[in-house]
Amino acid sequence: MTVPDPILWGALAAIAAMAVATYLCRISGVVMMGFIPLTPHVRRGLAALPGSIVVATVLPLIERLGLAAALALLAAIGSMVLRRSELLALMVGMGVVSVARALGW
Amino acid sequence: MSSLQELPPRTLRPVLTWNGVFLGARKALVLIPGLVVFAVAFGAAASAKGLSLLEAVLMSAVVYAGVSQLVAIELWRPEWSWGAIAGLAIVTATVNARMVLQGASLQPWLAPYPRLVNALHLFFFTDANWLIGTRYHADGGRDLGVLVGAGFIIWINWVLATVPGYLLGSLVADPRRYGIDLVMPIFFATMIVPLWRGRRAAVPWIVAGIVALATAKLVEGYAFIITGALSGALVGAFRDDRA
Repeated sequence: MTVPDPILWGALAAIAAMAVATYLCRISGVVMMGFIPLTPHVRRGLAALPGSIVVATVLPLIERLGLAAALALLAAIGSMVLRRSELLALMVGMGVVSVARALGW
Repeated sequence: MSSLQELPPRTLRPVLTWNGVFLGARKALVLIPGLVVFAVAFGAAASAKGLSLLEAVLMSAVVYAGVSQLVAIELWRPEWSWGAIAGLAIVTATVNARMVLQGASLQPWLAPYPRLVNALHLFFFTDANWLIGTRYHADGGRDLGVLVGAGFIIWINWVLATVPGYLLGSLVADPRRYGIDLVMPIFFATMIVPLWRGRRAAVPWIVAGIVALATAKLVEGYAFIITGALSGALVGAFRDDRA
Protein backbone atom coordinates (compact mmCIF):
# COMPACT_ATOMS: atom_id res chain seq x y z
CA MET A 1 0.00 0.00 0.00
CA THR A 2 1.37 3.40 -0.96
CA VAL A 3 0.53 6.78 0.45
CA PRO A 4 -0.75 9.16 -2.26
CA ASP A 5 1.33 12.26 -2.90
CA PRO A 6 0.07 15.18 -0.81
CA ILE A 7 -0.71 17.41 -3.79
CA LEU A 8 -3.95 19.15 -2.83
CA TRP A 9 -3.22 19.62 0.84
CA GLY A 10 0.59 19.58 0.63
CA ALA A 11 0.97 23.11 2.01
CA LEU A 12 -1.19 22.29 5.03
CA ALA A 13 0.76 19.06 5.60
CA ALA A 14 4.01 21.03 5.44
CA ILE A 15 2.73 23.52 8.02
CA ALA A 16 1.52 20.68 10.24
CA ALA A 17 4.92 18.99 9.99
CA MET A 18 6.63 22.24 10.99
CA ALA A 19 4.24 22.65 13.91
CA VAL A 20 4.92 19.13 15.19
CA ALA A 21 8.69 19.54 14.83
CA THR A 22 8.62 22.85 16.70
CA TYR A 23 6.36 21.59 19.48
CA LEU A 24 8.66 18.59 20.00
CA CYS A 25 11.58 21.04 20.37
CA ARG A 26 9.53 23.02 22.90
CA ILE A 27 8.71 20.08 25.16
CA SER A 28 11.64 17.70 24.72
CA GLY A 29 14.14 19.62 26.87
CA VAL A 30 11.68 19.73 29.75
CA VAL A 31 10.69 16.08 29.28
CA MET A 32 14.30 14.83 29.04
CA MET A 33 15.42 16.70 32.14
CA GLY A 34 12.60 14.98 34.00
CA PHE A 35 14.46 11.69 33.55
CA ILE A 36 17.86 13.05 34.56
CA PRO A 37 18.44 13.15 38.32
CA LEU A 38 19.44 16.60 39.60
CA THR A 39 22.92 15.68 40.82
CA PRO A 40 25.24 18.56 41.84
CA HIS A 41 26.93 18.31 38.43
CA VAL A 42 23.61 18.57 36.60
CA ARG A 43 22.54 21.48 38.81
CA ARG A 44 25.74 23.37 38.03
CA GLY A 45 25.34 22.63 34.35
CA LEU A 46 21.75 23.90 34.39
CA ALA A 47 22.82 26.99 36.34
CA ALA A 48 25.39 27.80 33.65
CA LEU A 49 22.96 27.06 30.80
CA PRO A 50 20.87 30.29 30.50
CA GLY A 51 23.92 32.58 30.31
CA SER A 52 25.62 30.15 27.93
CA ILE A 53 22.57 30.16 25.63
CA VAL A 54 22.49 33.97 25.69
CA VAL A 55 26.21 34.36 24.89
CA ALA A 56 26.20 31.58 22.29
CA THR A 57 23.22 33.21 20.55
CA VAL A 58 24.45 36.79 20.60
CA LEU A 59 28.19 36.61 19.83
CA PRO A 60 27.94 34.99 16.37
CA LEU A 61 25.00 37.31 15.56
CA ILE A 62 27.16 40.34 16.34
CA GLU A 63 29.83 38.95 14.06
CA ARG A 64 27.27 38.51 11.28
CA LEU A 65 25.47 41.84 11.79
CA GLY A 66 28.58 44.03 11.95
CA LEU A 67 30.06 46.97 13.85
CA ALA A 68 26.83 48.97 14.22
CA ALA A 69 25.21 45.96 15.91
CA ALA A 70 28.18 45.47 18.22
CA LEU A 71 28.07 49.12 19.32
CA ALA A 72 24.30 48.91 19.86
CA LEU A 73 24.59 45.80 22.04
CA LEU A 74 27.41 47.29 24.11
CA ALA A 75 25.41 50.48 24.63
CA ALA A 76 22.33 48.45 25.63
CA ILE A 77 24.34 46.39 28.14
CA GLY A 78 25.86 49.59 29.56
CA SER A 79 22.40 51.09 29.96
CA MET A 80 21.23 47.89 31.68
CA VAL A 81 24.15 48.05 34.16
CA LEU A 82 23.30 51.66 35.07
CA ARG A 83 19.50 51.31 35.08
CA ARG A 84 17.84 47.91 35.24
CA SER A 85 15.28 48.75 32.58
CA GLU A 86 14.80 46.56 29.49
CA LEU A 87 12.78 49.29 27.79
CA LEU A 88 15.52 51.89 28.25
CA ALA A 89 18.22 49.44 27.16
CA LEU A 90 16.20 48.59 24.06
CA MET A 91 15.72 52.26 23.16
CA VAL A 92 19.41 53.03 23.73
CA GLY A 93 20.46 50.06 21.60
CA MET A 94 18.08 50.86 18.74
CA GLY A 95 19.03 54.54 18.88
CA VAL A 96 22.72 53.67 18.60
CA VAL A 97 22.20 51.25 15.71
CA SER A 98 20.02 53.74 13.80
CA VAL A 99 22.66 56.48 14.14
CA ALA A 100 25.53 54.10 13.31
CA ARG A 101 23.74 52.78 10.21
CA ALA A 102 22.78 56.30 9.11
CA LEU A 103 26.50 57.14 9.28
CA GLY A 104 27.13 54.16 7.06
CA TRP A 105 29.06 51.97 9.55
CA MET B 1 26.68 34.16 45.46
CA SER B 2 26.49 30.47 44.76
CA SER B 3 24.61 29.83 41.58
CA LEU B 4 23.37 26.54 43.05
CA GLN B 5 20.89 28.42 45.22
CA GLU B 6 19.18 29.74 42.11
CA LEU B 7 17.64 26.36 41.46
CA PRO B 8 14.75 25.57 43.78
CA PRO B 9 14.17 22.08 45.16
CA ARG B 10 11.65 20.08 43.15
CA THR B 11 9.28 19.88 46.11
CA LEU B 12 8.52 23.61 46.03
CA ARG B 13 4.78 24.29 45.84
CA PRO B 14 3.78 25.28 42.30
CA VAL B 15 2.34 28.80 41.86
CA LEU B 16 0.25 29.94 38.89
CA THR B 17 -1.85 33.09 39.28
CA TRP B 18 -3.64 35.66 37.09
CA ASN B 19 -1.42 38.32 38.67
CA GLY B 20 1.54 36.40 37.27
CA VAL B 21 -0.09 36.17 33.84
CA PHE B 22 -0.64 39.95 33.75
CA LEU B 23 2.87 40.62 35.05
CA GLY B 24 4.33 38.43 32.30
CA ALA B 25 2.20 40.14 29.65
CA ARG B 26 3.38 43.53 30.94
CA LYS B 27 7.03 42.43 30.88
CA ALA B 28 6.58 41.38 27.23
CA LEU B 29 5.12 44.74 26.13
CA VAL B 30 8.53 46.31 25.38
CA LEU B 31 9.08 43.61 22.77
CA ILE B 32 5.74 43.95 20.96
CA PRO B 33 6.72 46.73 18.47
CA GLY B 34 9.78 44.84 17.22
CA LEU B 35 7.83 41.60 17.16
CA VAL B 36 5.00 43.15 15.13
CA VAL B 37 7.47 44.37 12.52
CA PHE B 38 9.03 40.89 12.35
CA ALA B 39 5.59 39.30 11.88
CA VAL B 40 4.71 41.88 9.22
CA ALA B 41 7.95 41.02 7.40
CA PHE B 42 7.03 37.32 7.59
CA GLY B 43 3.52 38.01 6.23
CA ALA B 44 4.98 40.01 3.34
CA ALA B 45 7.50 37.26 2.50
CA ALA B 46 4.76 34.62 2.66
CA SER B 47 2.51 36.51 0.25
CA ALA B 48 5.42 37.13 -2.15
CA LYS B 49 6.13 33.38 -2.16
CA GLY B 50 2.52 32.49 -3.03
CA LEU B 51 1.12 31.18 0.26
CA SER B 52 -2.56 31.91 0.84
CA LEU B 53 -3.48 34.26 3.68
CA LEU B 54 -4.92 31.30 5.58
CA GLU B 55 -1.68 29.33 5.22
CA ALA B 56 0.45 32.29 6.39
CA VAL B 57 -1.73 32.96 9.45
CA LEU B 58 -2.01 29.25 10.21
CA MET B 59 1.77 28.91 10.12
CA SER B 60 2.19 31.85 12.51
CA ALA B 61 -0.45 30.37 14.81
CA VAL B 62 0.70 26.76 15.04
CA VAL B 63 4.45 26.98 14.33
CA TYR B 64 5.00 30.35 16.07
CA ALA B 65 8.77 30.48 15.66
CA GLY B 66 9.83 33.44 13.54
CA VAL B 67 13.23 32.45 12.18
CA SER B 68 12.11 28.95 11.23
CA GLN B 69 9.03 30.43 9.50
CA LEU B 70 11.21 32.72 7.39
CA VAL B 71 13.49 29.79 6.53
CA ALA B 72 10.42 27.75 5.54
CA ILE B 73 9.30 30.55 3.20
CA GLU B 74 12.72 30.38 1.54
CA LEU B 75 12.19 26.65 0.99
CA TRP B 76 8.49 26.95 0.05
CA ARG B 77 7.34 25.26 -3.13
CA PRO B 78 4.07 25.10 -5.10
CA GLU B 79 3.86 21.29 -4.87
CA TRP B 80 4.88 19.04 -2.01
CA SER B 81 6.19 15.48 -1.87
CA TRP B 82 6.47 13.55 1.39
CA GLY B 83 10.24 13.83 1.11
CA ALA B 84 10.06 17.63 0.83
CA ILE B 85 7.71 17.79 3.83
CA ALA B 86 10.05 15.61 5.91
CA GLY B 87 12.98 17.77 4.84
CA LEU B 88 11.14 20.92 5.91
CA ALA B 89 10.33 19.36 9.29
CA ILE B 90 14.01 18.51 9.82
CA VAL B 91 15.18 22.01 8.88
CA THR B 92 12.54 23.45 11.22
CA ALA B 93 13.69 21.23 14.08
CA THR B 94 17.31 22.24 13.43
CA VAL B 95 16.52 25.96 13.53
CA ASN B 96 14.41 25.53 16.68
CA ALA B 97 16.72 23.09 18.47
CA ARG B 98 17.75 25.89 20.85
CA MET B 99 14.30 25.49 22.44
CA VAL B 100 15.35 22.05 23.69
CA LEU B 101 18.12 23.65 25.78
CA GLN B 102 15.96 26.60 26.80
CA GLY B 103 13.30 24.17 28.03
CA ALA B 104 15.90 22.09 29.86
CA SER B 105 17.15 25.19 31.69
CA LEU B 106 13.62 25.91 32.96
CA GLN B 107 12.83 22.30 33.92
CA PRO B 108 13.58 22.68 37.66
CA TRP B 109 10.98 25.49 37.74
CA LEU B 110 8.39 23.57 35.70
CA ALA B 111 8.83 20.15 37.33
CA PRO B 112 6.30 20.58 40.19
CA TYR B 113 3.45 21.56 37.83
CA PRO B 114 0.99 19.01 36.39
CA ARG B 115 2.15 17.51 33.11
CA LEU B 116 -0.94 18.74 31.24
CA VAL B 117 -0.31 22.34 32.35
CA ASN B 118 3.28 22.16 31.10
CA ALA B 119 2.22 20.50 27.83
CA LEU B 120 -0.27 23.34 27.20
CA HIS B 121 1.81 26.39 28.08
CA LEU B 122 4.92 25.07 26.32
CA PHE B 123 3.01 25.53 23.05
CA PHE B 124 3.54 29.28 23.66
CA PHE B 125 7.21 28.82 24.59
CA THR B 126 9.56 31.03 22.58
CA ASP B 127 12.79 33.07 22.85
CA ALA B 128 11.11 36.14 24.30
CA ASN B 129 9.18 34.48 27.12
CA TRP B 130 12.14 32.21 27.85
CA LEU B 131 14.23 35.35 28.43
CA ILE B 132 11.51 37.01 30.50
CA GLY B 133 10.91 33.83 32.51
CA THR B 134 14.62 33.19 33.07
CA ARG B 135 15.20 36.73 34.29
CA TYR B 136 12.15 36.57 36.57
CA HIS B 137 13.22 33.18 37.97
CA ALA B 138 16.84 34.34 38.46
CA ASP B 139 15.48 37.26 40.50
CA GLY B 140 13.64 34.79 42.74
CA GLY B 141 10.19 34.77 41.08
CA ARG B 142 8.32 31.46 40.99
CA ASP B 143 4.87 32.25 39.51
CA LEU B 144 4.51 30.27 36.27
CA GLY B 145 1.90 32.81 35.14
CA VAL B 146 4.73 35.14 34.13
CA LEU B 147 5.97 32.65 31.54
CA VAL B 148 2.42 31.90 30.37
CA GLY B 149 1.29 35.54 30.15
CA ALA B 150 4.39 36.66 28.26
CA GLY B 151 4.13 33.74 25.85
CA PHE B 152 0.43 34.29 25.20
CA ILE B 153 0.55 38.04 24.51
CA ILE B 154 3.47 37.53 22.14
CA TRP B 155 1.61 34.74 20.34
CA ILE B 156 -1.54 36.88 19.85
CA ASN B 157 0.47 39.79 18.43
CA TRP B 158 2.55 37.49 16.25
CA VAL B 159 -0.53 35.89 14.69
CA LEU B 160 -2.49 39.15 14.23
CA ALA B 161 0.45 41.11 12.76
CA THR B 162 0.94 38.44 10.10
CA VAL B 163 -2.30 39.64 8.42
CA PRO B 164 -1.37 43.28 7.62
CA GLY B 165 2.08 42.07 6.54
CA TYR B 166 0.47 39.68 4.09
CA LEU B 167 -2.01 42.26 2.77
CA LEU B 168 0.38 45.23 2.54
CA GLY B 169 3.32 43.18 1.32
CA SER B 170 5.83 45.31 -0.50
CA LEU B 171 4.58 48.54 1.11
CA VAL B 172 6.42 47.53 4.27
CA ALA B 173 9.58 49.57 4.76
CA ASP B 174 12.95 47.93 5.30
CA PRO B 175 12.98 47.04 9.01
CA ARG B 176 16.77 47.24 9.06
CA ARG B 177 16.72 51.03 8.82
CA TYR B 178 15.10 51.41 12.23
CA GLY B 179 17.20 48.74 13.90
CA ILE B 180 14.15 46.48 14.29
CA ASP B 181 16.23 43.46 13.27
CA LEU B 182 18.29 44.04 16.42
CA VAL B 183 15.40 43.93 18.92
CA MET B 184 15.89 40.28 19.88
CA PRO B 185 19.73 40.39 19.84
CA ILE B 186 19.62 43.47 22.12
CA PHE B 187 17.11 41.80 24.42
CA PHE B 188 19.29 38.68 24.57
CA ALA B 189 22.45 40.72 25.26
CA THR B 190 20.92 42.78 28.08
CA MET B 191 19.98 39.51 29.84
CA ILE B 192 23.66 39.10 30.70
CA VAL B 193 23.29 41.83 33.33
CA PRO B 194 20.57 40.26 35.52
CA LEU B 195 22.13 36.80 35.04
CA TRP B 196 25.57 38.02 36.18
CA ARG B 197 26.81 36.14 39.26
CA GLY B 198 30.44 37.24 39.31
CA ARG B 199 33.46 36.48 37.18
CA ARG B 200 33.85 32.85 38.21
CA ALA B 201 30.31 32.03 37.14
CA ALA B 202 30.98 33.71 33.79
CA VAL B 203 33.76 31.29 32.77
CA PRO B 204 31.27 28.83 31.18
CA TRP B 205 29.74 31.74 29.22
CA ILE B 206 33.13 32.64 27.77
CA VAL B 207 33.63 29.04 26.66
CA ALA B 208 30.10 29.08 25.21
CA GLY B 209 30.92 32.24 23.26
CA ILE B 210 34.20 30.92 21.87
CA VAL B 211 32.70 27.58 20.82
CA ALA B 212 29.70 29.36 19.26
CA LEU B 213 31.93 31.71 17.26
CA ALA B 214 34.05 28.81 16.03
CA THR B 215 30.97 26.78 15.09
CA ALA B 216 29.46 29.74 13.23
CA LYS B 217 32.65 29.96 11.17
CA LEU B 218 32.62 26.26 10.32
CA VAL B 219 28.94 25.30 10.01
CA GLU B 220 26.08 27.12 8.29
CA GLY B 221 22.76 27.63 10.04
CA TYR B 222 22.10 27.90 13.74
CA ALA B 223 24.08 24.98 15.15
CA PHE B 224 26.31 27.49 16.95
CA ILE B 225 23.66 28.09 19.62
CA ILE B 226 23.56 24.39 20.47
CA THR B 227 27.31 23.66 20.48
CA GLY B 228 28.10 26.88 22.35
CA ALA B 229 25.39 26.51 24.99
CA LEU B 230 26.14 22.81 25.58
CA SER B 231 29.87 23.53 25.96
CA GLY B 232 29.08 26.25 28.49
CA ALA B 233 26.79 23.95 30.46
CA LEU B 234 29.42 21.16 30.45
CA VAL B 235 32.13 23.51 31.71
CA GLY B 236 29.71 24.73 34.38
CA ALA B 237 28.86 21.16 35.38
CA PHE B 238 32.41 19.86 35.71
CA ARG B 239 34.25 22.84 37.13
CA ASP B 240 35.22 22.44 40.75
CA ASP B 241 33.30 25.18 42.57
CA ARG B 242 35.30 24.78 45.81
CA ALA B 243 38.56 25.95 44.22
